[in-house]
Amino acid sequence: MHFQSAMSPHTRSAAHTGTLMKNVLYALVPGVLISTELFGWGVLINLAIACVTAIVAEAVVMKLRRRPVAPALLDYSALVTACLLALSLPPIAPWWIPVIGVLSAILVAKHLYGGLGHNPFNPAMVGYVVLLISFPRELSQWPAPGDMLTHTLSVTETVRFLFTGILPETVRLDGITMATALDYTKTQLRLGDDLATLASHDSYGWLGARGWEWVSLGYLLGGLWLLYKRVISWHIPVAFLGSLLLVASLFALIDSTYFSPPLFHLASGGVILAAFFIATDPVTASTSPVGRLIYAAGIGVLVYVIRAWGGYPDGIAFAVLIMNLAAPTIDHFYQPRTFGH
Amino acid sequence: MNFFRRRKSLNTQIAHDTAWSFHGGLVLPDHKALSKQHPLKKAALPPQLVIPLQQQAGGVNTPLVEVGDTVLKGQKIADSKNPVGAPIHAPSSGKIVAIDERTIPHPSGLPAACITLATDGKDTWADRAPIGNRYSELPAETLRQAIREGGIVGLGGAAFPTATKLTPTHPIDTLIINAIECEPYITCDDILTQHFANEIIRGIDILLRLLGAPHCIIGIEDNKPDAITSLQHALKAKPDDRIKLTVVPTRYPSGSEKQLIKLLTGREVPSGGLPANVGVVCQNIGTVYAIHQLVMQGNPLISRLVTITGEGVRNPANLEVLIGTPIHQLIEACGGYQENTGQLIMGGPMMGFTLEHDQLPIVKASNCILVTPKTPEIKQEIPCIRCGACEAVCPAQLQPQQLLWYSRSGEHEKAKKHNLFDCIECGCCDYVCPSHIPLVQHYRYTKSEIKTREQEMAAAEIAKQRFESKTKREEALAQEKEDRLAKKRQQLEKKTKEQHTDGGTKQDAIQAALARVKKKKDAQDAPKVTEPASEPATNPTDDTPTPQTAAERAAAAAKRRAEKKAQQSPATNPTDDAPAPKTAAERAAAAAKRRAEKKAQQSASTNPTDDALAPKTAAERAAAAAKRRAEKRQSSAHRGPS
Ligand SMILES: Cc1cc2nc3c(=O)[nH]c(=O)nc-3n(C[C@H](O)[C@H](O)[C@H](O)COP(=O)(O)O)c2cc1C
Ligand code: SF4
Ligand code: SF4
Repeated sequence: MHFQSAMSPHTRSAAHTGTLMKNVLYALVPGVLISTELFGWGVLINLAIACVTAIVAEAVVMKLRRRPVAPALLDYSALVTACLLALSLPPIAPWWIPVIGVLSAILVAKHLYGGLGHNPFNPAMVGYVVLLISFPRELSQWPAPGDMLTHTLSVTETVRFLFTGILPETVRLDGITMATALDYTKTQLRLGDDLATLASHDSYGWLGARGWEWVSLGYLLGGLWLLYKRVISWHIPVAFLGSLLLVASLFALIDSTYFSPPLFHLASGGVILAAFFIATDPVTASTSPVGRLIYAAGIGVLVYVIRAWGGYPDGIAFAVLIMNLAAPTIDHFYQPRTFGH
Repeated sequence: MNFFRRRKSLNTQIAHDTAWSFHGGLVLPDHKALSKQHPLKKAALPPQLVIPLQQQAGGVNTPLVEVGDTVLKGQKIADSKNPVGAPIHAPSSGKIVAIDERTIPHPSGLPAACITLATDGKDTWADRAPIGNRYSELPAETLRQAIREGGIVGLGGAAFPTATKLTPTHPIDTLIINAIECEPYITCDDILTQHFANEIIRGIDILLRLLGAPHCIIGIEDNKPDAITSLQHALKAKPDDRIKLTVVPTRYPSGSEKQLIKLLTGREVPSGGLPANVGVVCQNIGTVYAIHQLVMQGNPLISRLVTITGEGVRNPANLEVLIGTPIHQLIEACGGYQENTGQLIMGGPMMGFTLEHDQLPIVKASNCILVTPKTPEIKQEIPCIRCGACEAVCPAQLQPQQLLWYSRSGEHEKAKKHNLFDCIECGCCDYVCPSHIPLVQHYRYTKSEIKTREQEMAAAEIAKQRFESKTKREEALAQEKEDRLAKKRQQLEKKTKEQHTDGGTKQDAIQAALARVKKKKDAQDAPKVTEPASEPATNPTDDTPTPQTAAERAAAAAKRRAEKKAQQSPATNPTDDAPAPKTAAERAAAAAKRRAEKKAQQSASTNPTDDALAPKTAAERAAAAAKRRAEKRQSSAHRGPS
């Protein structure tokens, strides 16, 4: 009788990277639904375009690199990248925006650096920054939340608009777009307004930016589920949100007419999405628990700095990329003490 | 990300009384019920016992018997002169029928010297001289010597000679008894404790006296309520306030020595150090029982409890087995194999090693034979996503993901800096890795690479020193000879001068001779000769070296330069992976590989059960096996208190 030989251990847990990534996708569902409800079909269409592009790009690259295609698709990492990028984009951006973004993410940020596990920068954020720098106009045009519209675009109208740029005759572009609260605040403060007068603007909601509070809640729900499923650990979301809250509170105390309240920061823009889904990308984050606290706290502070004094209304992509750059150094200095040393 | 919930103990009715813990670890499905459903049995006396000569770390045993000798049960049949060692005893009475190389249960699958004993069925004991109750009066050294003579080795896995462990380098205040048995499936320590708690308590008394230690802690996991009760009863029947029973939560690998010491005492054995450094000696509970049997009954270590278990066996059970009993016989005693068997493992699922067939003997270190069912296809390995799950569970507090990176890229120095050698190869990281990377395999390989390279560099250094001292010696000899010749010549010329006084002044002649000598010396000094001066002594006036010697010298010098360079280059360029074996180290490595391959090839061809299945060539497989063996040696050295 002959038996199989193998090296120990001879057993392993059921955990699989593909399953974890799938869980990340599931956890996005509540946020995506709320987002679609508020900002229209464009959210889903963007997601679809991004996913198809990602699958094709990943498959072609793996073929070109003479690597097996199936495992690369089954690890779902390309889809996670695509979805996170698509959800960061305005849902009325033309079709080629998600395509270019995803191609930059998958081809440049991921595979040029050696593929999954070797990329120093968060691919979704690289894709976003490439778009932001190349197509600032398309990236800043956000739709107004549905409750403010007299006409919401149907599926076919949305598809036509995204692919041809043609709106129904009765609808004008500035009738469906609106500056986001972060954007509006930034411009008005520069003009010398104070926060008290701004807060009555349409773009403000009950806590943060109008509509975004609800979307953020959706992502929070999904993020908590990821924590519960142990797909992510608490370190990054807690340190990110904690440091952002802390810095925001500090400045709000110093001058509440100029610096927005801390909760406004949490409930506006992509903070919650980033804290649970983007900054937690393990490949580009610090790897040890202490390192992750430092890494994420750094993102929180940078987001605030960019929002308060930088050139962009939301600073998440830059903050994440800068801390990606710092992650190896953090890992170098914060190695855990080995047993017996 | 932290994929693993560190659940609270499953067994909440038993209170845990340890204040400390260690980092990481896993709560694994324990599968222990499987082998506990049938009572402990004695395995039948097999017709033949195959007893490997080497069953412990330390000194190599040589046989004390010859083919044809009849031996009695318990008679010493092999021993070594090395004080760190343990002799081998005949497990039953009978006749020695062979002393030859056979495959032994070892990760390498390679053969080693074994004594084959055909049993006579009578199981007649040799004369035994148990120490008995006198042990309390005997000096420690006598007890230690008895333990060595009794062939006692650690039964917790590393098979390190117990007498050596009981000769601590530091004062010991705590003896720790390892009854943890943290690997899934294995229950032999549990069953042993249930049956022999009183003997174990007595064994502890022997050890405490031997060590002069005031305290003993028995550490046991809370998934063994029956064994805990047995120990509590034994302690109630014979109260001993030096002995404390500490129940710890079930968490792999709390049975690993350093982690257990931390768990029970809060002390951390320094890296590279021994438990004695923190005043502790740690013994497996089975070892304690073996010591009891030796001291009280005079029985050397010739049998042990083995768990035969797994979904691939019909009636899993624990058996008392004579060392040397073939595994297939134990499987038969447990009802045979189930339909679809997968692997045959010696040890547990986390640390055990696979066996290719069951015609192998049980050795002192065998605690478990695990037969797994055929597993469905293994999910493919994908890249490391740096999720940190491995780091979260590593009991050595390492960063397995970084070690993987450095192992893969061959950055040995960095791997060492990240404390690769503190890895206990427990397999926790491997178990949780969601990318299914065989991490431990990488670490074993890199450890052995580093060790081999270091050994080769050490060997090269020795060779270099030897070469240099030889050269110096030879130069000194040449110089001596030279001086003698010069003296002789001087005397000779002086004499001639004196004889022909009319041919120039005495002074001139001496001057000329000195000049000649100097000239010659200069000529020789210039190329720094390595061989003794080779000019004929019969021609004292020939000052210039012959062209032949000059060429030789030049060649020698060139050779020396080349060799020196070769010896230095591996040091300055450790990552040089050039395919051609240019440097001395590389040449040596290549030679070692060739030798290993040759040897392995031979062994593979002599081993009829080695063929088939794996699509590799025999040489490849054997070379891999040799490597595995080297690795195993390392890992066990690591596990043991060497
Ligand atoms: C990961 C790991 C797990 C171990 N688990 C156990 C165990 O459950 N029980 C045990 O007695 N020894 C275990 N050992 C071996 C112990 O570290 C140690 O060598 C042994 O307790 C020493 O006792 P001995 O010399 O009497 O065998 C383990 C070692 C390692 C590296
Ligand atoms: S080695 Fe495995 S467990 Fe460790 S970080 Fe990489 S993917 Fe995660
Ligand atoms: S095998 Fe080594 S690196 Fe992996 S968890 Fe165990 S000690 Fe840590």
